[in-house]
Amino acid sequence: MTTEYWRWKEYNWKNPDIDWKDAKNITVGVDVGSVSSQAVIMTDGELYAYSNMRTGSDSPESAENALDWALKDTGMTLDNILYAVGTGYGRVNVPFADRAITEIACHGRGANFMYGPTVRTILDMGGQDCKVIQVDEKGKVQEFLMNDKCAAGTGRGMEVFADLLEIPIEDIGELSFQVDEEPEPVSSTCVIFAKTEATGLLRQGWPKNDVLAAYCSAMALRVVALIERVGVEEDFAITGGIAKNAGVVKRLTGYLNLEALQPKHDTQIAGALGGALFAQTLAVKEGKVPS
Amino acid sequence: MKANYGYHDGSGDFFITIDSNLCTGCVECISSCPADVLEMITDDYDDVVAAVKDEHRKKIKYSCAECKPVDEQPPLPCVAACEPGAITHSW
Repeated sequence: MTTEYWRWKEYNWKNPDIDWKDAKNITVGVDVGSVSSQAVIMTDGELYAYSNMRTGSDSPESAENALDWALKDTGMTLDNILYAVGTGYGRVNVPFADRAITEIACHGRGANFMYGPTVRTILDMGGQDCKVIQVDEKGKVQEFLMNDKCAAGTGRGMEVFADLLEIPIEDIGELSFQVDEEPEPVSSTCVIFAKTEATGLLRQGWPKNDVLAAYCSAMALRVVALIERVGVEEDFAITGGIAKNAGVVKRLTGYLNLEALQPKHDTQIAGALGGALFAQTLAVKEGKVPS
Repeated sequence: MKANYGYHDGSGDFFITIDSNLCTGCVECISSCPADVLEMITDDYDDVVAAVKDEHRKKIKYSCAECKPVDEQPPLPCVAACEPGAITHSW
Protein backbone atom coordinates (compact mmCIF):
# COMPACT_ATOMS: atom_id res chain seq x y z
CA MET A 1 0.00 0.00 0.00
CA THR A 2 1.30 3.43 -0.84
CA THR A 3 1.71 5.78 2.10
CA GLU A 4 -0.52 8.82 1.99
CA TYR A 5 1.83 11.42 3.43
CA TRP A 6 -0.77 14.18 3.36
CA ARG A 7 -3.16 12.17 5.56
CA TRP A 8 -3.22 13.97 8.91
CA LYS A 9 -4.53 12.27 12.01
CA GLU A 10 -8.14 12.61 13.14
CA TYR A 11 -8.86 12.87 16.87
CA ASN A 12 -11.35 13.68 19.60
CA TRP A 13 -11.01 15.02 23.13
CA LYS A 14 -13.13 15.55 26.21
CA ASN A 15 -12.56 17.52 29.38
CA PRO A 16 -12.33 14.95 32.23
CA ASP A 17 -13.00 17.60 34.90
CA ILE A 18 -16.51 18.43 33.69
CA ASP A 19 -19.65 16.44 34.45
CA TRP A 20 -22.07 17.59 31.79
CA LYS A 21 -25.04 16.30 33.78
CA ASP A 22 -24.62 19.32 36.11
CA ALA A 23 -24.74 21.76 33.19
CA LYS A 24 -27.75 23.85 32.26
CA ASN A 25 -26.66 25.25 28.93
CA ILE A 26 -25.29 22.61 26.55
CA THR A 27 -24.60 23.68 22.98
CA VAL A 28 -22.66 22.52 19.96
CA GLY A 29 -20.88 24.24 17.07
CA VAL A 30 -20.15 22.26 13.93
CA ASP A 31 -17.71 23.60 11.36
CA VAL A 32 -17.96 21.72 8.07
CA GLY A 33 -14.91 22.96 6.23
CA SER A 34 -13.63 22.14 2.77
CA VAL A 35 -11.00 19.73 4.09
CA SER A 36 -11.79 19.08 7.77
CA SER A 37 -14.89 19.13 9.98
CA GLN A 38 -15.02 19.81 13.70
CA ALA A 39 -17.68 19.58 16.37
CA VAL A 40 -17.25 21.44 19.66
CA ILE A 41 -19.52 20.91 22.67
CA MET A 42 -19.74 23.60 25.34
CA THR A 43 -21.31 23.33 28.77
CA ASP A 44 -22.14 26.55 30.66
CA GLY A 45 -19.51 28.56 28.80
CA GLU A 46 -16.77 25.95 29.16
CA LEU A 47 -15.15 23.77 26.52
CA TYR A 48 -16.33 20.22 27.17
CA ALA A 49 -15.49 18.07 24.14
CA TYR A 50 -14.46 18.25 20.50
CA SER A 51 -13.61 16.21 17.46
CA ASN A 52 -11.67 16.89 14.29
CA MET A 53 -11.97 14.74 11.17
CA ARG A 54 -11.83 14.91 7.40
CA THR A 55 -14.85 16.22 5.51
CA GLY A 56 -16.26 13.57 3.21
CA SER A 57 -18.13 14.09 -0.05
CA ASP A 58 -21.43 14.26 1.85
CA SER A 59 -21.67 17.42 4.01
CA PRO A 60 -24.65 16.40 6.20
CA GLU A 61 -22.97 13.07 6.92
CA SER A 62 -19.66 14.81 7.76
CA ALA A 63 -21.47 17.05 10.25
CA GLU A 64 -23.18 14.06 11.86
CA ASN A 65 -19.95 12.05 12.01
CA ALA A 66 -18.08 14.93 13.65
CA LEU A 67 -20.82 15.34 16.27
CA ASP A 68 -21.04 11.58 16.93
CA TRP A 69 -17.33 11.43 17.50
CA ALA A 70 -17.31 14.40 19.86
CA LEU A 71 -20.17 12.76 21.81
CA LYS A 72 -18.41 9.38 21.95
CA ASP A 73 -18.04 7.97 25.49
CA THR A 74 -19.66 11.05 27.05
CA GLY A 75 -23.11 9.49 27.53
CA MET A 76 -24.54 12.66 26.00
CA THR A 77 -26.88 12.51 23.00
CA LEU A 78 -28.21 15.10 20.55
CA ASP A 79 -31.34 15.34 22.76
CA ASN A 80 -29.25 16.87 25.56
CA ILE A 81 -28.04 19.67 23.31
CA LEU A 82 -30.14 22.84 23.52
CA TYR A 83 -28.78 24.72 20.56
CA ALA A 84 -26.64 23.84 17.54
CA VAL A 85 -24.88 26.26 15.19
CA GLY A 86 -23.51 25.23 11.81
CA THR A 87 -20.60 27.09 10.23
CA GLY A 88 -18.01 26.73 7.46
CA TYR A 89 -18.46 25.94 3.77
CA GLY A 90 -21.06 23.29 4.54
CA ARG A 91 -22.95 25.31 7.18
CA VAL A 92 -26.30 25.14 5.39
CA ASN A 93 -25.99 21.35 5.25
CA VAL A 94 -25.82 20.66 8.99
CA PRO A 95 -29.07 18.70 9.52
CA PHE A 96 -29.42 19.30 13.27
CA ALA A 97 -28.40 22.99 13.28
CA ASP A 98 -30.78 25.62 14.69
CA ARG A 99 -28.91 28.36 12.87
CA ALA A 100 -26.10 28.85 10.34
CA ILE A 101 -23.50 31.56 11.01
CA THR A 102 -20.57 32.42 8.71
CA GLU A 103 -17.14 31.09 9.62
CA ILE A 104 -15.83 34.68 9.69
CA ALA A 105 -18.00 35.60 12.69
CA CYS A 106 -17.38 32.20 14.32
CA HIS A 107 -13.60 32.43 13.97
CA GLY A 108 -13.68 35.89 15.54
CA ARG A 109 -15.64 34.65 18.53
CA GLY A 110 -13.68 31.39 18.80
CA ALA A 111 -10.30 33.14 18.70
CA ASN A 112 -11.49 35.56 21.38
CA PHE A 113 -12.13 32.53 23.65
CA MET A 114 -8.93 30.70 22.68
CA TYR A 115 -6.51 33.60 22.84
CA GLY A 116 -8.26 36.00 25.20
CA PRO A 117 -9.80 39.47 24.70
CA THR A 118 -6.51 41.12 23.65
CA VAL A 119 -6.50 39.45 20.23
CA ARG A 120 -7.25 41.96 17.45
CA THR A 121 -6.03 40.34 14.24
CA ILE A 122 -6.69 36.71 13.39
CA LEU A 123 -5.26 34.88 10.45
CA ASP A 124 -7.21 31.73 9.68
CA MET A 125 -5.27 29.42 7.42
CA GLY A 126 -7.82 26.85 6.43
CA GLY A 127 -7.87 23.84 4.18
CA GLN A 128 -8.90 25.69 1.08
CA ASP A 129 -9.01 29.37 1.89
CA CYS A 130 -7.30 31.99 3.93
CA LYS A 131 -8.95 34.76 5.96
CA VAL A 132 -7.76 37.82 7.79
CA ILE A 133 -10.18 38.95 10.49
CA GLN A 134 -9.98 41.96 12.78
CA VAL A 135 -12.05 41.83 15.95
CA ASP A 136 -12.84 43.97 18.96
CA GLU A 137 -12.39 42.93 22.61
CA LYS A 138 -15.59 40.87 22.44
CA GLY A 139 -14.57 38.97 19.33
CA LYS A 140 -16.99 40.92 17.12
CA VAL A 141 -15.70 41.26 13.56
CA GLN A 142 -14.54 44.76 12.58
CA GLU A 143 -13.04 43.90 9.21
CA PHE A 144 -12.46 40.76 7.21
CA LEU A 145 -10.90 39.62 4.00
CA MET A 146 -11.20 36.16 2.58
CA ASN A 147 -9.24 34.67 -0.27
CA ASP A 148 -10.96 31.54 -1.47
CA LYS A 149 -10.11 31.62 -5.12
CA CYS A 150 -6.70 30.04 -4.98
CA ALA A 151 -5.15 27.18 -2.98
CA ALA A 152 -1.83 28.97 -2.44
CA GLY A 153 -1.35 29.63 1.27
CA THR A 154 -3.78 26.91 2.36
CA GLY A 155 -3.62 23.48 3.94
CA ARG A 156 -4.42 21.88 0.61
CA GLY A 157 -1.22 23.35 -0.84
CA MET A 158 0.76 21.84 2.04
CA GLU A 159 -0.87 18.45 1.46
CA VAL A 160 0.31 18.55 -2.17
CA PHE A 161 3.89 19.17 -1.01
CA ALA A 162 3.74 16.43 1.63
CA ASP A 163 2.81 14.02 -1.12
CA LEU A 164 5.39 15.26 -3.59
CA LEU A 165 8.26 15.06 -1.12
CA GLU A 166 7.00 11.94 0.66
CA ILE A 167 7.17 13.56 4.07
CA PRO A 168 4.37 13.17 6.68
CA ILE A 169 2.51 16.49 6.82
CA GLU A 170 3.04 16.83 10.60
CA ASP A 171 6.85 16.79 10.13
CA ILE A 172 7.08 19.50 7.47
CA GLY A 173 7.46 22.48 9.81
CA GLU A 174 10.33 21.04 11.81
CA LEU A 175 12.21 19.65 8.79
CA SER A 176 11.97 22.94 6.90
CA PHE A 177 14.38 24.45 9.45
CA GLN A 178 16.97 21.70 9.00
CA VAL A 179 18.76 23.46 6.16
CA ASP A 180 22.34 24.76 5.85
CA GLU A 181 21.15 28.07 4.52
CA GLU A 182 17.64 29.51 4.11
CA PRO A 183 16.85 29.16 0.39
CA GLU A 184 15.01 31.70 -1.77
CA PRO A 185 11.23 31.16 -1.69
CA VAL A 186 9.75 29.38 -4.73
CA SER A 187 8.61 32.12 -7.09
CA SER A 188 5.21 30.70 -8.00
CA THR A 189 2.26 31.55 -5.81
CA CYS A 190 0.02 29.00 -7.53
CA VAL A 191 0.20 25.54 -5.92
CA ILE A 192 0.30 23.73 -9.26
CA PHE A 193 3.14 25.89 -10.58
CA ALA A 194 4.94 25.75 -7.23
CA LYS A 195 4.85 21.96 -7.44
CA THR A 196 6.30 22.10 -10.96
CA GLU A 197 9.01 24.44 -9.69
CA ALA A 198 9.76 22.16 -6.74
CA THR A 199 10.05 19.13 -9.03
CA GLY A 200 12.65 21.10 -11.01
CA LEU A 201 14.57 21.95 -7.83
CA LEU A 202 14.63 18.28 -6.78
CA ARG A 203 15.99 17.36 -10.20
CA GLN A 204 18.76 19.92 -9.73
CA GLY A 205 19.71 18.05 -6.58
CA TRP A 206 18.17 20.25 -3.89
CA PRO A 207 17.70 18.39 -0.58
CA LYS A 208 14.04 17.84 0.34
CA ASN A 209 14.30 20.06 3.41
CA ASP A 210 15.47 22.98 1.28
CA VAL A 211 12.48 22.57 -1.01
CA LEU A 212 10.22 22.53 2.05
CA ALA A 213 11.85 25.68 3.36
CA ALA A 214 11.43 27.39 -0.03
CA TYR A 215 7.75 26.46 -0.12
CA CYS A 216 7.02 27.40 3.52
CA SER A 217 8.49 30.87 2.98
CA ALA A 218 6.61 31.33 -0.31
CA MET A 219 3.38 30.48 1.49
CA ALA A 220 4.22 32.88 4.33
CA LEU A 221 5.05 35.69 1.89
CA ARG A 222 1.81 35.23 0.02
CA VAL A 223 -0.21 35.43 3.21
CA VAL A 224 1.71 38.51 4.34
CA ALA A 225 0.43 40.31 1.21
CA LEU A 226 -3.15 39.51 2.23
CA ILE A 227 -2.64 40.55 5.85
CA GLU A 228 -1.11 43.86 4.80
CA ARG A 229 -4.20 44.68 2.75
CA VAL A 230 -6.20 44.73 6.00
CA GLY A 231 -3.33 45.73 8.29
CA VAL A 232 -2.15 44.06 11.49
CA GLU A 233 -3.14 45.31 14.87
CA GLU A 234 -1.65 43.34 17.75
CA ASP A 235 -2.27 40.97 19.42
CA PHE A 236 -1.96 38.65 16.48
CA ALA A 237 -3.13 35.03 16.41
CA ILE A 238 -3.27 32.26 13.85
CA THR A 239 -6.03 29.64 13.63
CA GLY A 240 -6.60 26.67 11.32
CA GLY A 241 -4.43 23.71 10.43
CA ILE A 242 -1.41 25.65 9.17
CA ALA A 243 -1.08 27.27 12.61
CA LYS A 244 0.43 23.91 13.63
CA ASN A 245 3.15 24.20 10.99
CA ALA A 246 6.06 26.07 12.59
CA GLY A 247 7.79 26.28 9.21
CA VAL A 248 5.12 28.69 7.98
CA VAL A 249 4.27 30.36 11.31
CA LYS A 250 7.84 31.33 12.25
CA ARG A 251 8.62 32.68 8.78
CA LEU A 252 5.34 34.56 8.67
CA THR A 253 5.80 36.25 12.03
CA GLY A 254 9.40 36.95 11.02
CA TYR A 255 8.27 38.80 7.87
CA LEU A 256 5.65 40.72 9.85
CA ASN A 257 8.15 41.36 12.62
CA LEU A 258 5.78 40.39 15.42
CA GLU A 259 4.93 37.44 17.65
CA ALA A 260 1.82 35.28 17.40
CA LEU A 261 -0.06 34.40 20.59
CA GLN A 262 0.32 30.84 21.86
CA PRO A 263 -2.94 28.91 21.49
CA LYS A 264 -4.61 27.46 24.60
CA HIS A 265 -6.56 24.93 22.52
CA ASP A 266 -6.33 23.10 19.22
CA THR A 267 -6.15 25.78 16.50
CA GLN A 268 -8.35 23.80 14.11
CA ILE A 269 -11.42 24.02 16.35
CA ALA A 270 -11.64 27.85 16.36
CA GLY A 271 -14.62 28.01 13.96
CA ALA A 272 -16.66 25.29 15.65
CA LEU A 273 -15.79 26.76 19.06
CA GLY A 274 -17.09 30.14 17.93
CA GLY A 275 -20.26 28.42 16.71
CA ALA A 276 -20.75 26.76 20.11
CA LEU A 277 -20.22 30.15 21.82
CA PHE A 278 -22.81 31.84 19.60
CA ALA A 279 -25.12 28.91 20.43
CA GLN A 280 -24.59 29.53 24.18
CA THR A 281 -25.83 33.10 23.75
CA LEU A 282 -28.66 32.19 21.36
CA ALA A 283 -29.93 29.40 23.65
CA VAL A 284 -30.36 31.95 26.45
CA LYS A 285 -31.84 34.59 24.14
CA GLU A 286 -34.41 32.19 22.74
CA GLY A 287 -35.40 30.94 26.19
CA LYS A 288 -34.14 27.38 25.77
CA VAL A 289 -32.10 27.28 28.96
CA PRO A 290 -34.07 26.15 32.04
CA SER A 291 -33.73 28.66 34.86
CA MET B 1 -17.67 45.98 10.03
CA LYS B 2 -15.66 46.30 6.84
CA ALA B 3 -16.24 43.38 4.51
CA ASN B 4 -13.70 42.80 1.74
CA TYR B 5 -15.25 40.73 -1.04
CA GLY B 6 -13.05 39.45 -3.85
CA TYR B 7 -9.65 37.89 -4.19
CA HIS B 8 -5.93 38.25 -4.68
CA ASP B 9 -4.38 36.28 -7.52
CA GLY B 10 -1.37 36.38 -9.82
CA SER B 11 -2.77 39.42 -11.64
CA GLY B 12 -3.46 41.59 -8.62
CA ASP B 13 -5.87 42.55 -5.83
CA PHE B 14 -9.56 42.69 -6.65
CA PHE B 15 -11.64 43.60 -3.65
CA ILE B 16 -14.86 45.55 -3.12
CA THR B 17 -15.01 46.82 0.45
CA ILE B 18 -18.36 47.54 2.05
CA ASP B 19 -18.40 49.21 5.46
CA SER B 20 -21.51 48.07 7.31
CA ASN B 21 -21.02 50.84 9.88
CA LEU B 22 -21.63 53.37 7.09
CA CYS B 23 -24.19 51.42 5.01
CA THR B 24 -27.70 52.68 5.79
CA GLY B 25 -29.46 49.91 3.85
CA CYS B 26 -30.90 52.42 1.36
CA VAL B 27 -30.46 49.93 -1.56
CA GLU B 28 -29.44 52.69 -4.04
CA CYS B 29 -26.28 50.76 -4.96
CA ILE B 30 -28.23 47.62 -5.88
CA SER B 31 -30.11 49.22 -8.76
CA SER B 32 -27.11 51.30 -9.85
CA CYS B 33 -25.01 48.25 -10.73
CA PRO B 34 -25.35 47.24 -14.41
CA ALA B 35 -23.86 43.80 -13.71
CA ASP B 36 -26.19 43.03 -10.79
CA VAL B 37 -23.25 42.32 -8.50
CA LEU B 38 -24.73 43.61 -5.24
CA GLU B 39 -27.50 42.39 -2.96
CA MET B 40 -28.86 43.12 0.51
CA ILE B 41 -28.10 40.57 3.20
CA THR B 42 -28.74 40.20 6.92
CA ASP B 43 -25.26 39.73 8.34
CA ASP B 44 -24.24 37.65 11.37
CA TYR B 45 -24.93 40.57 13.69
CA ASP B 46 -28.46 41.04 12.26
CA ASP B 47 -27.62 44.22 10.34
CA VAL B 48 -29.24 44.56 6.91
CA VAL B 49 -26.42 45.68 4.64
CA ALA B 50 -25.24 45.60 1.03
CA ALA B 51 -22.91 42.77 0.00
CA VAL B 52 -21.32 41.33 -3.12
CA LYS B 53 -23.27 38.31 -4.34
CA ASP B 54 -21.56 35.01 -3.75
CA GLU B 55 -21.45 34.08 -7.44
CA HIS B 56 -19.46 37.26 -8.26
CA ARG B 57 -16.86 37.03 -5.51
CA LYS B 58 -14.47 34.82 -7.46
CA LYS B 59 -14.78 36.70 -10.76
CA ILE B 60 -15.28 40.27 -9.58
CA LYS B 61 -12.53 41.58 -11.86
CA TYR B 62 -14.62 40.46 -14.83
CA SER B 63 -18.05 41.27 -13.36
CA CYS B 64 -16.96 44.89 -12.81
CA ALA B 65 -15.09 45.22 -16.12
CA GLU B 66 -17.74 47.19 -17.99
CA CYS B 67 -17.58 50.03 -15.46
CA LYS B 68 -13.80 50.14 -15.65
CA PRO B 69 -12.68 51.10 -19.17
CA VAL B 70 -8.91 51.45 -19.58
CA ASP B 71 -9.03 55.14 -20.47
CA GLU B 72 -11.13 57.94 -18.96
CA GLN B 73 -12.79 55.96 -16.24
CA PRO B 74 -16.07 57.59 -15.19
CA PRO B 75 -17.07 57.44 -11.50
CA LEU B 76 -18.19 53.93 -10.58
CA PRO B 77 -22.02 53.81 -10.40
CA CYS B 78 -22.09 51.89 -7.11
CA VAL B 79 -19.59 54.23 -5.46
CA ALA B 80 -21.41 57.31 -6.80
CA ALA B 81 -24.81 55.97 -5.68
CA CYS B 82 -23.64 55.41 -2.11
CA GLU B 83 -24.18 58.65 -0.27
CA PRO B 84 -22.45 57.69 2.99
CA GLY B 85 -19.41 56.41 1.04
CA ALA B 86 -19.61 52.83 2.28
CA ILE B 87 -18.33 51.25 -0.96
CA THR B 88 -14.74 51.28 -2.22
CA HIS B 89 -12.89 49.30 -4.89
CA SER B 90 -9.26 48.21 -4.54
CA TRP B 91 -8.46 48.38 -8.27
